[in-house]
Amino acid sequence: MEPNEQPEKPFISKGADDFFINVYEIFRFIARFFREALRRPWEVKEFIHQCYMIGYKSLALISLTGFITGLVFTKQSRPSLAEFGATSWLPSLISIAVVRALAPLVTALICAGKVGSSIGAELASMKVTEQVDAMEVSAINPFKYLVVTRVLATTVCIPLLMCYTAVVGLAGSYLDVHLNEQTSLIAFIQKAFVNISFLDLGASLFKSTVFGFTIGIVSAYLGYNASQGTQGVGKAANVSVVVSMFLIFIEEIVIVQIVNSIR
Amino acid sequence: MKPFTPEIDFDNTVISIRGLYKSFGSNHVLRGVDLDVHKGENVVVLGRSGTGKSVLIKIIAGLLKPDAGTVNVLGLEVEHLDNQSLRELRMKVGFCFQNGALYDSMTVGENLAFPIIRNQPKVRSAQRAKLVDVVLDAVGLSNTIDQMPSELSGGQRKRIGIARTLILRPDIMLYDEPTAGLDPITCTEINNLINEVQRRFNTSSIIITHDLTCAKVTGDNIAVMKEGQFIRQGNFDTVFATGDDLIKEFYDYNFIQ
Ligand SMILES: Nc1ncnc2c1ncn2[C@@H]1O[C@H](COP(=O)(O)OP(=O)(O)OP(=O)(O)O)[C@@H](O)[C@H]1O
Ligand SMILES: [Mg+2]
Repeated sequence: MEPNEQPEKPFISKGADDFFINVYEIFRFIARFFREALRRPWEVKEFIHQCYMIGYKSLALISLTGFITGLVFTKQSRPSLAEFGATSWLPSLISIAVVRALAPLVTALICAGKVGSSIGAELASMKVTEQVDAMEVSAINPFKYLVVTRVLATTVCIPLLMCYTAVVGLAGSYLDVHLNEQTSLIAFIQKAFVNISFLDLGASLFKSTVFGFTIGIVSAYLGYNASQGTQGVGKAANVSVVVSMFLIFIEEIVIVQIVNSIR
Repeated sequence: MKPFTPEIDFDNTVISIRGLYKSFGSNHVLRGVDLDVHKGENVVVLGRSGTGKSVLIKIIAGLLKPDAGTVNVLGLEVEHLDNQSLRELRMKVGFCFQNGALYDSMTVGENLAFPIIRNQPKVRSAQRAKLVDVVLDAVGLSNTIDQMPSELSGGQRKRIGIARTLILRPDIMLYDEPTAGLDPITCTEINNLINEVQRRFNTSSIIITHDLTCAKVTGDNIAVMKEGQFIRQGNFDTVFATGDDLIKEFYDYNFIQ
């Protein structure tokens, strides 16, 4: 009963076949994620540990980027508003920009770079050094322990980080507005929040949740399915970042369209 | 040659493989493998690199699915088990990876405790520490308990890998190239450890190797693999007494190195 010797002929072309097989595999991976995430027992301890690694350890970088983004954006917007003598609109302009667009995007892109690459590399190196197989043979479910915890952690942490980025970004903006227009903190806050609706906040939280899930699932998929060898590790890290960022932009466009049609 | 091991129970077959085939695309790795392992027996699988030895034991452990054939381990058909039964079976089958496969984010002690924490959550920490001490002592590395895997040598990693496998008290041990890449003295230590594990923990084993010394010292039964099939089986002397070119080639190849 020797399996037949003929090499299989591709359906469309080799590249197209590989692409569709990959898409199919990713959807199976996502389906498996939901199946395993819902099944007890839950890996609470490892989940908290991952939240610490993913969320807390990103705070320093996020603080710096968020603060600078707010500050620079304010500085650069001032001349245009000054032409109309409308610099008093700065706080509300900036807050809309930060809450609707900048905070979710900056957070997601920074995390795609920092968290995505580290999840991709970590899982890939566990895979190629057979640590994943080692868990499997000692009757531990590596998908649950490694993948589910990390994807859940990015999905939960990135919206939280987004809120934090927004606050830090507005703080950066306030610093600049305070130094130039001598606006008080209370006045700044009043002006900043007058135009922010629950829809804005909700849409940004939703967007960040989607971004977080994307970063987690993409980098976990690539790491968990890394090909043999050490160069697979570097490749998994690299491709995780590129693919996550690409998908984040696509999702951003789609979600903005949907939200604007509701508004 | 290894002296006859009286503990082997030839009426009790713990692993029985019949007509096993496995291909990766057009690469036909296993082409009709038959193998029996009896209780208490060390079976050595000898073969050149890339002949599919690792694939064979990965199928036994349920990490890979065969294309055709049956794999019966401790009376169960591995292929057809549901998740729960496969989990239970895996606790009884220990797998030692080629490079130890230690979890490199954990210390040696945590590596050893991990399978117990996950599989036997009711075991209290004091008792767990005792179990860790016992297996660490069995592999002679009690002093490394707080070290990270990256601080260990290749031979130490393998021994810790063996200890981590032993901690669940398996009935069957699968060793993937336990002596590859080690100096002769460390090889001897590992070979002795394999025999000691066989006696002390009363295990049946499959030992994969291309090291003839290891085969000679640890094997009760030796199976030589070539191009995805076993071309000869028996004890060391019967396998190598033949004038068969294939065997001779393997023998010479090993000793020239
Ligand atoms: N997951 C896999 N996907 C595709 N091919 C594989 C896979 N695992 C093994 N192979 C192929 O199967 C063949 C046998 O591999 P295997 O690892 O069993 O060799 P081996 O006998 O253990 O060799 P070594 O002594 O070098 O460890 C190789 O040609 C390898 O390329
Ligand atoms: Mg191998």
